[in-house]
Amino acid sequence: CPLQAASQRTQPLGPSERGADTTAIMPAVSKGDGMRGLAVFISDIRNCKSKEAEIKRINKELANIRSKFKGDKALDGYSKKKYVCKLLFIFLLGHDIDFGHMEAVNLLSSNKYTEKQIGYLFISVLVNSNSELIRLINNAIKNDLASRNPTFMCLALHCIANVGSREMGEAFAADIPRILVAGDSMDSVKQSAALCLLRLYKASPDLVPMGEWTARVVHLLNDQHMGVVTAAVSLITCLCKKNPDDFKTCISLAVSRLSRIVSSASTDLQDYTYYFVPAPWLSVKLLRLLQCYPPPEDAAVKGRLVECLETVLNKAQEPPKSKKVQHSNAKNAILFETISLIIHYDSEPNLLVRACNQLGQFLQHRETNLRYLALESMCTLASSEFSHEAVKTHIDTVINALKTERDVSVRQRAADLLYAMCDRSNAKQIVSEMLRYLETADYAIREEIVLKVAILAEKYAVDYSWYVDTILNLIRIAGDYVSEEVWYRVLQIVTNRDDVQGYAAKTVFEALQAPACHENMVKVGGYILGEFGNLIAGDPRSSPPVQFSLLHSKFHLCSVATRALLLSTYIKFINLFPETKATIQGVLRAGSQLRNADVELQQRAVEYLTLSSVASTDVLATVLEEMPPFPERESSILAKLKRKKGPGAGSALDDGRRDPSSNDINGGVEPTPSTVSTPSPSADLLGLRAAPPPAAPPAPASAGNLLVDVFDGPAAQPSLGPTPEEAFLRFVCKNNGVLFENQLLQIGVKSEFRQNLGRMYLFYGNKTSVQFQNFSPTVVHPGDLQTHILSGVAQPPGSSLVDGGAQVQQVLNIECLRDFLTPPLLSVRFRYGGAPQSLTLKLPVTINKFFQPTEMAAQDFFQRWKQLSLPQQEAQKIFKANHPMDAEVTKAKLLGFGSALLDNVDPNPENFVGAGIIQTKALQVGCLLRLEPNAQAQMYRLTLRTSKEPVSRHLCELLAQQF
Amino acid sequence: MIKAILIFSNQGKPWLSKFYQPYSEDTQQQIIGETFHLVSKRDENVCNFLEGGLLIGRSDNKLIYRHYATLYFVFYVDSSESELGIFDLIQVFVETLDKCFENVCELDLIFHVDKVHNILVEMVMGGMVLETNMNEIVTQIDTQNKLEKSEYLIPHFDNHDRE
Repeated sequence: CPLQAASQRTQPLGPSERGADTTAIMPAVSKGDGMRGLAVFISDIRNCKSKEAEIKRINKELANIRSKFKGDKALDGYSKKKYVCKLLFIFLLGHDIDFGHMEAVNLLSSNKYTEKQIGYLFISVLVNSNSELIRLINNAIKNDLASRNPTFMCLALHCIANVGSREMGEAFAADIPRILVAGDSMDSVKQSAALCLLRLYKASPDLVPMGEWTARVVHLLNDQHMGVVTAAVSLITCLCKKNPDDFKTCISLAVSRLSRIVSSASTDLQDYTYYFVPAPWLSVKLLRLLQCYPPPEDAAVKGRLVECLETVLNKAQEPPKSKKVQHSNAKNAILFETISLIIHYDSEPNLLVRACNQLGQFLQHRETNLRYLALESMCTLASSEFSHEAVKTHIDTVINALKTERDVSVRQRAADLLYAMCDRSNAKQIVSEMLRYLETADYAIREEIVLKVAILAEKYAVDYSWYVDTILNLIRIAGDYVSEEVWYRVLQIVTNRDDVQGYAAKTVFEALQAPACHENMVKVGGYILGEFGNLIAGDPRSSPPVQFSLLHSKFHLCSVATRALLLSTYIKFINLFPETKATIQGVLRAGSQLRNADVELQQRAVEYLTLSSVASTDVLATVLEEMPPFPERESSILAKLKRKKGPGAGSALDDGRRDPSSNDINGGVEPTPSTVSTPSPSADLLGLRAAPPPAAPPAPASAGNLLVDVFDGPAAQPSLGPTPEEAFLRFVCKNNGVLFENQLLQIGVKSEFRQNLGRMYLFYGNKTSVQFQNFSPTVVHPGDLQTHILSGVAQPPGSSLVDGGAQVQQVLNIECLRDFLTPPLLSVRFRYGGAPQSLTLKLPVTINKFFQPTEMAAQDFFQRWKQLSLPQQEAQKIFKANHPMDAEVTKAKLLGFGSALLDNVDPNPENFVGAGIIQTKALQVGCLLRLEPNAQAQMYRLTLRTSKEPVSRHLCELLAQQF
Repeated sequence: MIKAILIFSNQGKPWLSKFYQPYSEDTQQQIIGETFHLVSKRDENVCNFLEGGLLIGRSDNKLIYRHYATLYFVFYVDSSESELGIFDLIQVFVETLDKCFENVCELDLIFHVDKVHNILVEMVMGGMVLETNMNEIVTQIDTQNKLEKSEYLIPHFDNHDRE
């Protein structure tokens, strides 16, 4: 019998507690109502002795099916079903299926359930969303949705959800909400409709309009049928992330539902009780939903919720109702989600500490899964100020986990947790444990451990010798995994801290003594000795010639990049130690350098040799002076770790809130100001502060509006030329021009920006022949942009008069502290012929002004583009061209916008691709952009990707209005 | 969200693969291969949660698996799912298979891949958990079986049906 092969295949999977009662040899055909022909085919395949035989058998079958499909004899539904099943099986084995789609589509319109079902199955497994058949499929779906047969409706909804393409969204997105909230829909249909809608919303949110149905969806949380509630919670969780206000009412409904479940007896919910745990999945989903919102504002709701959370924590301490592992799993699923919610709220110290204690118990649990989850949860708990200390008490257990866990994924979590719980008090212990772990760590996670150690060592260094030792140890233990960022960073820090330079020189000198030392050590050693070798030159054991010959003994074993670095060290030695000059010139002059095949090495040798021969000692000393301190900015290591782990990775260090005193070496991790106060007095014109305007001007009515009020009073004058909004938009891509003009006044702007600084000259021209009195331009900060005005209006202090026909000038110094969305406002008040005049304008300071263009190769561009692939990092707009589509003009605008234009990146030469970094004091935001003109349709598509969501959107909006 | 559900044998033969995100056929096969490689070399009693492979999401996606006798059941999920919740869902899936096939074994899954899909369809839809109540799922499947019986009265062991 062909089916007798491999009798172990008949071993029951044994999900329940049943013993291992072996089953019949031929269960497959004796059970159920399988198709005989299919079974025979499958056993044939399974009996194939070789891959070739399998392919041969499959090709035979494909030929057979193809001939049946093409044959004159019409196939009955049963045969079609059987053949489609065979195709599915063949597909699963990894063979391409290029026919049978039409037959599957035909099955959709069968009125036999099983045929329809197999048709839908084939389509959801095999049909791509771009298939030409989609129209036919949509037609069949439409009929089934309208059939009022719940089984057929569910099949159709499943198909939409599984394919989930835009075409399907366009065809059905409007119908699904109706089906979902219709009073007469069956429960199973409602369930399917909820998840179908969720899928369409995820794929194309624009196709699912919010409407009257949203309120009714929230009330599904009260539905009698738990399956409907489960599906509805998933849907609401997704919808409320983008529209939190529309779904706010779900909080109280979710809390009361949760409360009913948690307080119910273990048998109340009948079928939805899983191993004596009432509705575990629904509970988990409800707890997840609540994590979309802050703690409930309503005291009663909040009280009820806290009660729930306490009940769950209490139940964890009760004896289990069943010994089965399923019981404890389900219970713990709820418990972990409860703890996540407590951590999310981060406002109940009592609950946080209880959560921490509970997790502490799990750290020693015999179930590996629980230890894993406990380590993971504790990681987030460590960053809460309420529980940080409580987490720290588990340090020994966690270190032990790092040493003894058999499973790499658990060890990885332990390393993450150690990183998160690290502070000044335990840094030395944690760093030394991580270093020890590094020696045996899995290759896959070594680089990450290296980054973490480097960051911790830097952040919590009290004395820098410890820091230098740690990094050199890293290179010694795991040199291959020490990336450029790490060893660049140690050089930066040593360069910036003169109290550690001598120690660093001594230590690298010692490290280089090792017969085999890692190339990264040579790089660090070469650089440090080149800068600070003089600090240890007094000791005869490390005299200049000894230093040189030590370095040069490594030279020949090193890569080109390292040799290039060493050549620079040598020329620095000539300056530091004139006595080595002859030796080094000899080395540079050697044929192996001067005629080196590598251009870089050759050039360095030639230039350094000439420099050392022609330049005087003074010139040499100036050229080869010690490197100036590096500017402090975000640690590139931290940035790299974040890239590796996705956003939020460096969180333990990001905020730095636990240890504000720790920023002594690395300016990058010092706490970033979360809000920048905007004291308006500082925005006063200095010149006018001495003579305040007679009537205190009222605050602008609405800071966000562009032109709050132009010239109230009888002499109100409309503005000339472009509207202020238009004028403002023109400044997005240029820095100079007329910002405002009417019958009385013209305001011109000249500005320049460098990095996060800017200077703006404002010119106020009185166009009339009459003097303006009490002329008072002030700058108001509605947002985070703090502007300091250094010089006032150019006129005698104490006066605030602008003569007829005269022009006065005002200079603003601008510093961008962090990214911002709203521009500062310029408010101008004066009296003209006795009538008070006032206007408020947006100052043309937009975030793109702080762009620094970045050139990069296509490969780098695509790599970064991929790194920024989270949906919230991207903003896209498709819009109609408002101006003639001229490539040169577009280019000029993009350059004016501030990004670099990258050629030869986009495969389509019509498209524009750009890159830049927005420089603010607190952080840098890398931006990539792509503009795709479609001349035929007179449309553009603009895509922005940045590491910060609001920035992507804002830049996209600003730029889209330029074309 | 559940990104993919895979069932394969101890030898790495895939008996079921369901992707809830579009991947090309080649990538699907590569993912199956990579997943088998990740999971099969792990001891029993280690953690059932892993970070995803290179092809499917890396750190944002988790791989949650269970090993039953000769089969691996693997769910790829993103961070919005509870690990233990999915871990139990696999159990529910297998228990449901066991009820529907009466003592399920690997051969059942091989010969009735359509049925396995149909059971899965009752539990997971478009990557989201649709129903967790085993009795409800079994009832649905029973109804389908009855429908099937009523629709086909042809004897299954006819000679004409051997191909």
